[in-house]
Amino acid sequence: MGFFTDPEILIGAKLLEVLYMIIGLVTIYTGVKNGMDEKNPSRTGTAIFWCSLGIVLAFGRLIPPIINGIIIIIMTIPSILNKVKVGKQNAPTQEEMEKSYDKIGMKIFIPALAIGVFAIIFALFTDMGALVGVGAGVFASIVILMIFSPNNKPGVFLRDSERLLSTVGPLSMLPMLLASLGAIFTAAGVGEVIASLVGNIIPQGNVNIGIIVYALGMMLFSMIMGNAFAAITVMTVGIGAPFVLAYGANPVVIGMVGLTAGYCGTLCTPMAANFNIVPVAMLEMKDRMGVIKNQIVPAGIIMIFQIVYMILLK
Amino acid sequence: MELIKLSGIIIVIIGFALKKDSILIILSAAIVTALVGGLGVVGLLETLGTSFVANRSMAIFILIMLVTGTLERNGLKEAAANLIGKVKRASPGMVIGLYGIMRGIFAAFNVSFGGVAGFVRPIIMPMATGAVEATGRDINEEHLEQIKGMSSGMENISWFFGQVLFIGGAGGLLVQSTLASLGYNVELIDLVKVEIPIGIFAIFITIVYYFLKDKKLRKKYYGDGVERGE
Repeated sequence: MGFFTDPEILIGAKLLEVLYMIIGLVTIYTGVKNGMDEKNPSRTGTAIFWCSLGIVLAFGRLIPPIINGIIIIIMTIPSILNKVKVGKQNAPTQEEMEKSYDKIGMKIFIPALAIGVFAIIFALFTDMGALVGVGAGVFASIVILMIFSPNNKPGVFLRDSERLLSTVGPLSMLPMLLASLGAIFTAAGVGEVIASLVGNIIPQGNVNIGIIVYALGMMLFSMIMGNAFAAITVMTVGIGAPFVLAYGANPVVIGMVGLTAGYCGTLCTPMAANFNIVPVAMLEMKDRMGVIKNQIVPAGIIMIFQIVYMILLK
Repeated sequence: MELIKLSGIIIVIIGFALKKDSILIILSAAIVTALVGGLGVVGLLETLGTSFVANRSMAIFILIMLVTGTLERNGLKEAAANLIGKVKRASPGMVIGLYGIMRGIFAAFNVSFGGVAGFVRPIIMPMATGAVEATGRDINEEHLEQIKGMSSGMENISWFFGQVLFIGGAGGLLVQSTLASLGYNVELIDLVKVEIPIGIFAIFITIVYYFLKDKKLRKKYYGDGVERGE
């Protein structure tokens, strides 16, 4: 418990650690609930996945890195074997939602917007950080919902979060795993190898050309992989850092706009099936590429705007 | 042979392109890169453990889920439907544009209303086609196809470029941690600020483009009759 009593450590860092414990416990609850749920077709695999994830989230700071690494490998196994499933779910009925709306009405937007408002307030006016603000916003939102309706008991929030977490499933871990992969790429020196390769094509030291290659590369890689999150790890380590950031460009502008340059690629590819192909089926469209065709022109204009923006603000 | 260090990147690109299991791809790429890059098994496990714990901020979405589901239970979608339903007699292009603004603003607060299946199909589509049908005409099939495409496009673009304005969204967190692993420490609020002009431009330009496209299509399929409604 030395971490929490150490006066050298900022209160924001301590509160964030408390939030991670809550997040971890919700995740462990998801594992335990599914492990005991007879309606779940894969109780063991589901329980292993969520419980090991929950342990790393809640207590990872206290566990030696190598043990954390082993637990994460264990976590991925049931996911890869497709053994993480959804159990019995208590989704709200249309009738229940309409009845609540009749009672609460437009006031429901107050708790819905609270999280974002608290995040902004905490980021701008405290030194505790935006994420502690998100936590405070979630807490405020829960309190407001409980005031609105006596039906909103603590167990309802917990069960509803389990329902959503089980529904999004292991794929929700994608950003975290990609970030870890980025760290492994960096540790293994992948960036230097790409830099020496691409250095034969791009003139070193011309930051504007570096930005254009980085942004177009983000778009192209996102199209191939169907996922800007996977592209940003690879592209920033390989192109962004050695050809743009190494020459003093602003990492905030390059990194963030690089990601949304990737989003323009996501808008133009059938590989991003969730966004571009599934809606075709849901809306019973005739042309399989009908959504993408309507996104190409805006994506192109946004892309040009972003490249100019990066060059001007670098 | 330095090139062998790129095997992990090749695995990621080919793996995603072939639609293999995402977690399997990442794990294989991590293992291969660590082994050919000289980290060894211990180095792999330690780097994986350290970076995963350092990136726990990305799990903040689980905390947000504590209210997301209960908000839905308490009628959030019905309230949103009612809010946009206040718009009467708007052209399809205007309905899509107004939805884009609403979705963009709520996306910046990380609030979604149910996607294409939950919101566009049951609420936006009838509103968009209703304006044409109100003039006593049947909706042209090709026009309907384009309205569907534009509604989905608006749904995607407003979400992508609105959600990057939420402090604590997955995109900003991933950029933050990617930069941190390269030695650049940046704040989430600064990442959001840089994205504000981009988010506004992206949603605005899409609204304008769809509005003009719809106007052209209505002229093509129904002549000038519908124009008087504006």
